[in-house]
Amino acid sequence: MVSKESILTLLEEVCDPEIPVLSLSDLGVLRDVSFRNEEWVITITPTYSGCPAMKTMEDDVLAKLKANGITNVRVELVLSPAWTTDWLSESGKIKLREFGIAPPEHEVDKSVLFAAPTIVPCPKCGSRETKMVSQFGSTACKAHYQCLSCLEPYDYFKCLK
Amino acid sequence: MKNESLYNYVLRLGDDSLILGQRLGEWCGHGPILEEDIAMTNISLDLIGQAMSLLDYAGEIDGNGKDHDALAFLRFENEYQNALLVEQPNGDFADTMMRQFLFDAFRQPLFEKLVHSSDAQLSAIAEKSLKETRYHLKHTSEWIIRLGDGTEESHTRAQKALDNLWRYTDELFSETSADLSLVTSGIVPSMVEIKEVWNKTVHAVFAEATLQIPTNNWQFEGGRRGVHSEHLGYLLADLQYMQRAYPNMKW
Ligand SMILES: [Zn+2]
Repeated sequence: MVSKESILTLLEEVCDPEIPVLSLSDLGVLRDVSFRNEEWVITITPTYSGCPAMKTMEDDVLAKLKANGITNVRVELVLSPAWTTDWLSESGKIKLREFGIAPPEHEVDKSVLFAAPTIVPCPKCGSRETKMVSQFGSTACKAHYQCLSCLEPYDYFKCLK
Repeated sequence: MKNESLYNYVLRLGDDSLILGQRLGEWCGHGPILEEDIAMTNISLDLIGQAMSLLDYAGEIDGNGKDHDALAFLRFENEYQNALLVEQPNGDFADTMMRQFLFDAFRQPLFEKLVHSSDAQLSAIAEKSLKETRYHLKHTSEWIIRLGDGTEESHTRAQKALDNLWRYTDELFSETSADLSLVTSGIVPSMVEIKEVWNKTVHAVFAEATLQIPTNNWQFEGGRRGVHSEHLGYLLADLQYMQRAYPNMKW
C-alpha cells in the first residue's frame, strides 16, 4: 500500500547529486508529496534559478519511485516560497560539516569592500581564523574559503535569504 | 494572447537575462584569475536560470506552446527585446564589470518591487531572482570600487568603460504605453522609482571608486523595440547555431 509516508521514506535515499550526503529533504528542496487525481505529485523547488542539478534530482526522484513500483507519479517545480538556507535541516547542516563543507551562517554576508565579513569556521579544524577567497565557488550555492590555521581550502554553503 | 503587454514585459526581462548570461559565459576559461572565471560563470548560470523561468512564463502567456528553448533559440534578431547595454561586447575585465554593475544596480530594485506584483508567477520569479541578484550587485560594486580606486591603469580602464557604457543606461528605464497600463494595474513598478534607486547606487559607488559620470548625456535606444547594435547578430549566431543546424537536437 503506497502512502505519503512510504514515499517520503523512499525519497530519503534520493540525494543532491553534487552534495551526496544531503537528501532532498535535508536540503529543503523537497516541498510536498500529495495525491491528486489518481497521481502522486512530488513538489520540489530550486536552490538557485540556474541550478543544473534540478533536472537530475527530478530524474532521480522518478527513478527511485518507479523502481519501487510507484509509476503514477510526476514531479512539479515551484518557485514560491523561494528556497533559502533556512530550509536546510539541522541534521543536514551537521552532515555538511562532516563532509567538509561549512554550513551556512545565520547572516547573509553584507560586508562591502574592506568591512568585516561573516566569520565562517573551518569545517576541518574549527578555527575561526579563515578568509573568503571568492563569493562564488564550485557550484551556485557555495563560496570559496580558506582556513588560515590549518591552511585547508574549503567550500562554504553560503547563506541565502 | 491573453495579455500582450505582460508578454512583452516578461519577454524583455527574459531577454536581458539570456543575452547577458550568454555574454558572461564567453568568459569561461578566459577569466583574469580562476576565481573570477568561476564568479562570472556562476553569475551567468543564475542569469540563464532566470531566463528559463521568464521565457517559460512568456511562452505560457503567449499560449502558443513555446517553451524557453523555442524562445531562446528560434527567434530572429529583431524579435529580441533586450536592452542594448547587455549585448555590448565583453571588452576587457573593466568593461565587463562595468556593464554588469550598471545592470545589477538596475535589476536589484526592479526585482525588489516585482516581488509585490499582483501577478503571482512574476512575483515568484522575482522573489527567487532577487536573492541571487543581491550577490551579483555586491560582487560588481566591490570590483568597480577596487578598479576605480586602484592603480592608474585600472582607474583609466574603469573610467573608459564607464564613458563607453553610460550612453546605454537610459534605455533600461524606458517605458511603453503598454507598460504604463501594467503599472496602473499593480503588475509592475514605475521605472521612475527604479531609476531613483539606481541613481543613488551608482553615484555612491562611483564616488567611492573615484570615477566620473560622463557629462555628455547623449543616449542610445532601440533594443527594447528590436533595433539592435551589430553585436547581437554575432552573439545569436553563436547561441543559436546548434538548434539551427540540427533542429530539435538535445544534449
Ligand atoms: Zn582549518
